[in-house]
Amino acid sequence: MSKKPTTKKTTARKPVRSKKSQKVISWKRADGRLFDELRPLKIESGVLPNADGSAYIEMGRNKILCGVFGPREMHPKHQAKPNEAVLRCRYHMAPFSVDPRRSPAPSRRDQEISMVMRSALEPAVFLERYPRASIDVYIEVLEADGGTRCASINAAAVALVDAGIPMKDLVAACAVGKIEDKLIVDLGDYEDKKGQSDMPVAYMPKLNKVTLLQMDGNMSAEENEKALNLAIEGCKKVYEVQREALKKKYGIDQPQDRPPKEFPPEEPAEEPQNEEGPE
Amino acid sequence: MSANFQDRDLVIPGDVVFEGRIRTGENTYRQQDQVYATRLGLVNYSPDNVNVVALSAGYTPLVGDVVIGEVVDIDLGEWKIGIGAQTEAVMGIPDAVDRPFRTDYIMTRILDIGDTLVAKIVDLDRRRTPILSILGPGLGKVYDGFIMRITPSKIPRLIGKKGSMINMIIRETGCRIVIGQNGRILISGPNREREEMVVKVVTKIELEAHTSGLTNRTQEYLRQLKERSQ
Repeated sequence: MSKKPTTKKTTARKPVRSKKSQKVISWKRADGRLFDELRPLKIESGVLPNADGSAYIEMGRNKILCGVFGPREMHPKHQAKPNEAVLRCRYHMAPFSVDPRRSPAPSRRDQEISMVMRSALEPAVFLERYPRASIDVYIEVLEADGGTRCASINAAAVALVDAGIPMKDLVAACAVGKIEDKLIVDLGDYEDKKGQSDMPVAYMPKLNKVTLLQMDGNMSAEENEKALNLAIEGCKKVYEVQREALKKKYGIDQPQDRPPKEFPPEEPAEEPQNEEGPE
Repeated sequence: MSANFQDRDLVIPGDVVFEGRIRTGENTYRQQDQVYATRLGLVNYSPDNVNVVALSAGYTPLVGDVVIGEVVDIDLGEWKIGIGAQTEAVMGIPDAVDRPFRTDYIMTRILDIGDTLVAKIVDLDRRRTPILSILGPGLGKVYDGFIMRITPSKIPRLIGKKGSMINMIIRETGCRIVIGQNGRILISGPNREREEMVVKVVTKIELEAHTSGLTNRTQEYLRQLKERSQ
C-alpha cells in the first residue's frame, strides 16, 4: 500500500486529484467506462429448441451461446461415477470469433477454461441426485472480446437452471484487473492485454461463496482484497441480469415487492406453537 | 417462522423461500433453518410444508408411468430404451411378448433399433433403472403418428384435473393423443390440419402452464383455430 498511495483513491467514485498537475481529473477507461462499471450485459434463456436448457449472452462485444444436455446416460460408461453425476463442460471458440482466424481444434487454453468452468459450476449443482449420469454443458464463443470465461460461466448458470437441473444457487462471474495501477471491473480485450493484472472471480450470490478465483499478473495483498470485493459487487450486478433473463422466459412481471405471505396463517395456532417450543 | 414470498411467486434456485422450521417439499432444500429453492418454479406454502412447483425439470421415472421411448440398443435378451431420463430403460423378452418364453426369439423381428413404443414402467431395479413392459391395453409398438416433446414437468397441466384438458383437446380436434409422462406426446389425426392444431394448443399450454384458468382459455383458443381453418 505504501508503495502506491494513489491506488487507494481509485476505489472512490469521486474524481481523482492527480499529484503532478493538481488538476481534478475524472479517470475513465479506454471505452469510457468508470472503474466499477460493467459492460452492457444481455442474457436470454431458452434459445436452443433442441437442447434441454440454453442461454445466449452478450457481455460487451462478447457473444456466447450455451447449451445444456442432461442429466443423461454417460458415454463412455466407464467414466460415470457410481455416487454422483459428472458435469462435463466444453468451451469452444468459433474460428471467426477473434480477428486472426483461430484453429477450430481444441487448444490448451480451451481445455483449461473447460476445466475451470466445470469447477466453478460444480459446487452449485446437486450432482449427487443423478448417480451414473452426465450433465453436459457446451459453450460456443461466437465473438470474443475479453473475459469470455466469466461470460461463459454466466451463460452456463442460466442454461443449467433453464434445463431444470437442481441447483443450490446461481453462479455469477466477473473479472477485476489492474491497469495504470488502478483497479477496474469487467475487463475488455484491450484492458486484458495492456493491463498489469487480471482476476476472474465466480461467486454464488445467495450463499455468499466464491467458486472460482484465478489471477494473472501481480497485485499487492491489499489490492487483492479490494479487487475481490469489487469483483463480488460486479457479480451481484450480473446476478440481477441473470434473474431477469430467467423470469422473462415465463413472461411474469409480478411485483416482487408485494409483502410476503403471513405465516402461519391467521388460524388458531396449534402446530406452530408446538413447533416453536423446542426453540 | 416467516415466508419470503407470496403463493405462486416465481422463484429461482438459491432464493430463500422460508426462514424457520418447516417441512421441505419438492424442489427445496434446507440449510441452517433456511429453506432454499433448487429449481425455477412457483412457490407454494401450506401450513406445514413449503414446496416449489418446477417450471422446467427433467423426467424422473416412477413406477406406473406410461412413457414413450425409442429402442436404442439390443442386448442379450433385453432392449435398451431411451425415454429421456437419466438412465436408459430396459425391457426383457417376457415383458414384450405375451407368449411362453423361448430362447430362439429373433429380437430384431419383435422390436428393432429405432422403433418407437408406448410402454409402462413396471418396476425400478436396485440401480433405479426403469423396467418397461408393453403388455397391456394401449401399449406397444407405434406404427403411425408423430411425436412432439414438451417439458415433463408440464405434463400434469396438459392432462388437467381428471383429464379435463386432454379430453377436451381430443374431443375438439378428433386426434388420437397419447401422453408419455416423460414429456413425449404421440399424435395422430385424420388430417394434417387437425394435427397441427394439436401442436399449436400443446405449445400454448406449455408456455402458459403456470397461469390459472387455462382450460377455458385453451377451449377458446381451439375454437378460434377451428374457425380460421374453416
